[in-house]
Amino acid sequence: MLLIRCPYCEEERPELEFRNAGEAHIARSANMAGESDDDFEKFFFIRSNPKGIIYERWRHMHGCARFFNAVRDTVTDKFIMTYRAGEPKPSKLPIISNEVVAK
Amino acid sequence: MSGAFRIPGAGRLKQAKTARFNFDGQSYTGIEGDTLASALLANGVHLVGRSFKYHRPRGILSAGAEEPNALVEIKRDAARKTPNVRATVQELYDGLEAQSQNRWPSLSFDVGAVNDIASPLFSAGFYYKTFMWPKAAWKSLYEPKIRAAAGLGISPDKPDPDHYSSRYAHCDVLVLGGGAAGIAAALAAAETGVRVILADEQAEFGGSLRFETGAGIDGQYGFAWAQAAIARLQGMDNVRVLPRTTAFGYYAQNFVGLVERVSDHLSAPGHDLPRERLWQVRAKRVVLASGAIERHMVFADNDRPGIMLAGSARTYLNHYGVAVGKNVGVYTANDSAYAAAIDLKKAGVNVAAIVDLRDHPTGPVIDEARALGIEVNFGRAVIRAGGKLRVSSMTVQPKNGGGERTIPVDAILMSAGWTPSVHLFSQSRGKVAFNDETKRFVPGTYAQDCVSVGACNGTDGLSATIDEAYAAGEKAAKDAAAKTAKSNKPKVDASESWSRGMLGAAPGAGPDTTVKAFVDFQNDVTAKDIRQAVHEGMRSIEHVKRFTTNGMATDQGKTSNMHGLAIAAEVLGKPIPEVGLTTFRAPYTPVTFGAIVSHARGPLFDPTRKTAIHPWGEAQGAVFEDVGQWKRAWYFPKGGEDMHAAVDRECVAVRKTAGLFDASTLGKIEVVGPDAAKFMELLYTNPWEKLEPGRCRYGIMLREDGFIYDDGVVGRLAPDRFHVTTTTGGAPRVMNHMEDYLQTEFPQLNVWLTSITEQWAVIAVQGPKSRDIIAPLVEGIDMSDEALPHMSVREGKICGVPTRLFRMSFTGERGFEVNVPADYGQAVWEALWAEGQKHGAAAYGTEAMHVLRAEKGYIIVGQDTDGTVTPNDAALDWAVGKKKADFVGIRGMARPDLVAKGRKQLVGLKTKDPKVVLEEGAQIVEDPKQAIPMKMIGHVTSSYWSENCGRSIALALVAGGRDRMGDTLYVPMPNGVIEVEVSGMVFFDETGGRLNG
Ligand SMILES: [Zn+2]
Repeated sequence: MLLIRCPYCEEERPELEFRNAGEAHIARSANMAGESDDDFEKFFFIRSNPKGIIYERWRHMHGCARFFNAVRDTVTDKFIMTYRAGEPKPSKLPIISNEVVAK
Repeated sequence: MSGAFRIPGAGRLKQAKTARFNFDGQSYTGIEGDTLASALLANGVHLVGRSFKYHRPRGILSAGAEEPNALVEIKRDAARKTPNVRATVQELYDGLEAQSQNRWPSLSFDVGAVNDIASPLFSAGFYYKTFMWPKAAWKSLYEPKIRAAAGLGISPDKPDPDHYSSRYAHCDVLVLGGGAAGIAAALAAAETGVRVILADEQAEFGGSLRFETGAGIDGQYGFAWAQAAIARLQGMDNVRVLPRTTAFGYYAQNFVGLVERVSDHLSAPGHDLPRERLWQVRAKRVVLASGAIERHMVFADNDRPGIMLAGSARTYLNHYGVAVGKNVGVYTANDSAYAAAIDLKKAGVNVAAIVDLRDHPTGPVIDEARALGIEVNFGRAVIRAGGKLRVSSMTVQPKNGGGERTIPVDAILMSAGWTPSVHLFSQSRGKVAFNDETKRFVPGTYAQDCVSVGACNGTDGLSATIDEAYAAGEKAAKDAAAKTAKSNKPKVDASESWSRGMLGAAPGAGPDTTVKAFVDFQNDVTAKDIRQAVHEGMRSIEHVKRFTTNGMATDQGKTSNMHGLAIAAEVLGKPIPEVGLTTFRAPYTPVTFGAIVSHARGPLFDPTRKTAIHPWGEAQGAVFEDVGQWKRAWYFPKGGEDMHAAVDRECVAVRKTAGLFDASTLGKIEVVGPDAAKFMELLYTNPWEKLEPGRCRYGIMLREDGFIYDDGVVGRLAPDRFHVTTTTGGAPRVMNHMEDYLQTEFPQLNVWLTSITEQWAVIAVQGPKSRDIIAPLVEGIDMSDEALPHMSVREGKICGVPTRLFRMSFTGERGFEVNVPADYGQAVWEALWAEGQKHGAAAYGTEAMHVLRAEKGYIIVGQDTDGTVTPNDAALDWAVGKKKADFVGIRGMARPDLVAKGRKQLVGLKTKDPKVVLEEGAQIVEDPKQAIPMKMIGHVTSSYWSENCGRSIALALVAGGRDRMGDTLYVPMPNGVIEVEVSGMVFFDETGGRLNG
C-alpha cells in the first residue's frame, strides 16, 4: 500500500484514504458550448497515458476531502511530488531515488 | 517412549510431555514441541503423501516452510479441516488428527499411481498439448477429471467457524527472520531505543542454530544464546517479538504483510483467541534476515520416502531428538552434509557411506567424518535410489562412469548447497545479482529502504553474519530515528561454515537419460521435463516455468527454482544470469483467506445502513431489500399475503386514500453560499437563478459527456440555500462530482456542500388524503393549495420538531415529503401513521413505489437510464435550460452521435395481452420471423403489473421510439414471442389532475 502525501493535510497517509481522479491539467473551456467537435474530443476523451511520469488528480476522499495534483511514475508507481489544485504544473521535478547499490 | 526413532539424550524436547496424535487412522505418540513431521519420523513414518501428477509415494523432504511433499489435511472437527498443511510446520498438539492427501484408496496402495507407469503421457506441456482440443471439452470433460485425479487436498465444505484478527503496526526497524542474523540486528536496533519488530516463522527463534551444534556465541551454545537474546528482547518495551509469524508479502514503501499463527498449535484453543492474526506493518527500515534453503540432489528416484535434506535430518536429530533412519547414506556436493553424518554417527546411527560428488574436497568436517570411521567416497554419484514406499538402497558410481555398487540404506541425506532466500528482497522490487563464484543469486540493487543480512545475503560463517547483521541493525536504527547506542555486539566463539555446492542435474540424470530425477517435487517436474521444454522451443525461464510448471506449486519452487534454471541454462548453452531468474511473488507461503478477510465477512463484510424508521418496518413484518448498503422496506405483507397481493393492495391504497413511505435513503445535499444558485446552474441542466425561495424543481445532472448522471427534486429554502435530493445509490458520487467541480473547475464560487442524507429522515405521505393526515400535526405552515402548491417547500414544525416540508410527488398523487431530524424519524412516522389509520392509509414499500412512479412514467436513473441516455432520449428536454450558456454536459450533449436520428428513446410498452408482464431486460425486435441473431432495437427497462391500470405496464428504450407510437413490436422469449404496442410513458392520469386531487 502506497503512502501519499496530501498537500493540504501536509502529511503522508495510506493509499486507502485516497481516490484517483484521472489526468490533471486538462482545462475545461470557458466557452464550453462553443467548442468544436475536435476540441471537445481532445478535452474529454484523449489522455496521455504515459509510460513514466504522469500528472494526475487525486482526492483525499477519507481525509480532508480535497482534490490535489500528483506527479507519479507509472513504471515504479512512485509518487514524485504532490501539490495543491490550481497550482501550475511544476516545471522542475525533484529527483527522487532511494535506490541503493549493494557493496 | 514417544517413537522408536527417538534418541535418548538427543534434542531439546522434554520427553515427559507426550502428545497423542492420529495419522491416517493410526494413533501415535509424540512430544510437545514436535512438529507433525518430527513426531511421524520419531515413529518411523516416512511415507506421508502421494505426488501431484504421478501419485508417487512421497516422504518428508525438509524441516521447514520449504516442504514440497509432506502436505496433509489437519482436522479438528467437521468444519475445521485444513488441507495442504505442511507437516514440517504444523506443531503437534495432543489430539491432533491428520490425513494424507491425493491417494485412493490408501496411501500405500494408490490407484492413481498408474500415472507413474503411464508417465510418458504426462511429460512437460502435457496439459497444454493434450487438453486444448476440442475446446468445448475442456470445461465439461478434461478440467473436472484433471482436477479430481490430480490435485492437492480437498477444500473444506463448511463455513469457517474460526475467527481471525488483524492489526496495523508501525515501527522504526522491522527484522524479518529470527536466526542468528535477525537476532543480532534486532539487538543492535533495540539497544538504541527505537521501535523494533522481530518476526520469525518458527515457534522458537534461532533459525539454523536449531541444528548447528558447532555454533557458540557469548560463551553459550548458539541455540541457548538465541533463547537468552529473545528473552532480553521480549523484556524491552520498544520491541515486539512475533514467533510463528511469516512475512508473506513485501509491498511498496516498506509495507510488509505478516501472518501470525496464533492458535493452530494449541490442543484446545480458547474461543477468545483468533486462529491467525494479520499484521500490516509500515517500517521505516527493514532488515531481511531470511536465511537460506538447502537444495536437494537431482538424481534418479530422488523422491523416495526416506530421502531428505541433510540439514533437515540434522534438525530432526539436534532439535527434536529424532533419527531419520538406522542406516543412512549421505549424498552431497558440499561440506554441510558431513556435519549431519557426524551428528548422526555420534548419536549412534550407522552411516553407511558419504558419497561426495567433489573430486578432492578437504577440510575439518571431512577429517572428522573419517576419524569417526565413516566411509567417504569422492568423485562419485548416487545414480539411483532403490525401494518404493521407503528408500532401501543407493546405487553409487564414479561420476564419469564405471562400476556400480549398491549400498543398502533406509535414508539418504542430501545436500546440493544452500540457496539464499531472496524472496522478500525480490518482492520489494530489488534486483538480484548472480555471484558466479558461489553460483548463487544474492541481493544486488535495492529498491526500498531495506538491507539483507546473513545467509540470505550470501554471507557465510557465523562471525561474518553477526558482524554484518549487528552493523545493519545499528545503521537501520540510526537511519530510521537518528538513534545510536554503545555497541554491545555478540561475540562469536565457534562457528560452522560452508558454501558452494552444485546446481542442476547430477551425473546419472543427464541429457542422455530418461530417469525420473525430480527437480520440483510438488509439481512432479523432472530434469528431463525441463530439457524437453527447451527442446520444444521455450527460451525464457518464465516460459520454461509455465510449460513445465516448475516452481509453480504452493511451495513456489523454494527447493527447485535454482536447479530448474541451471538445467535450462545448460541446454540453452547460456550462462545462468542470462537465462534469468523467475519473478518471486507474494505470498512467500500460502496465506489463508481467513487471515486476509479477517472480520470483514458475514454482516461485517460491508456496512449495513438502516433508516431511523427501520425498526417500525421490522415490527410490521416488512420484507426488506438491499439497495446498495441500505436495507429498504420492500413491501408490507398482511395476513399471509404474497408479494403481488401486498404490492397491489399498497398501490391501490395510495391512489384511493393515502400511503406512507420511508424515503429516508434519498441522497440529500445542502448547497449553501452566495454563489449557490450559480453553482446549481453549472451542475444541473435546469435554470435555477429565477427559482423562488420556497419552490422546488426537478433537476437533471449530466456528466461532461452529456449523459444523465443523476436526478432529483431540489428545493430552494433561501436565496443562498438549496436542499438537493439525489437517487439513493447516487448520493456519494453526486457529492464527489459536485466537490470536484467546486474545488477544481469553479473554485471562484463561494459555495459550501454538505451531505445531509443521514441528518434528515424522510416520510413520504402520498395520496388524496395526504394533506388531511399531515395537517393536524403541522405548526407554522399554511397547508392550503394556494400557500403550498405542488413543488414547493416550507420550514416549520411537525409534532413539535423542525421539519422541511416538501409538497412533491413521486406517485402522481397529491403528495408531501416530510423531512425531520433523523432522531425524530420514527416518532413522527408513528404519529403520521396514527393519523393515517383514521383515513385507511397504508404503508408502502419500494416495490409499490416503483410501480406507482412507472404508472406515471417517472424514470429511475440507473434503471431506465444506463449511462448512455441523454435528456432528450429520456423525453426530458423540457428540463434543459435552453438559454443557459454553460452547464456540465452542455457540449457533450451536442455531440453528433447524441443528436443523430434513430437513437434509443424511452417510451411506454403495452402488451397486447394485458395480463402478460414483460421481463425487465428483455430485448425488442421489429420482426420476430427474421433469422437469428435478430436485430435488436431496444430493451425493456421497467415492467410491472399495475393493479390501478388493470394491466401490465412497461418502459423501454427503443430505437426511434417516439416515432413508433402505436406500432406493434415483438419481444421474443424462450416460451414464445410477446406482442407489444408502443405507447406514451404515462399510463395513469395523463392530465396530471390528481397532483392536486
Ligand atoms: Zn488531506
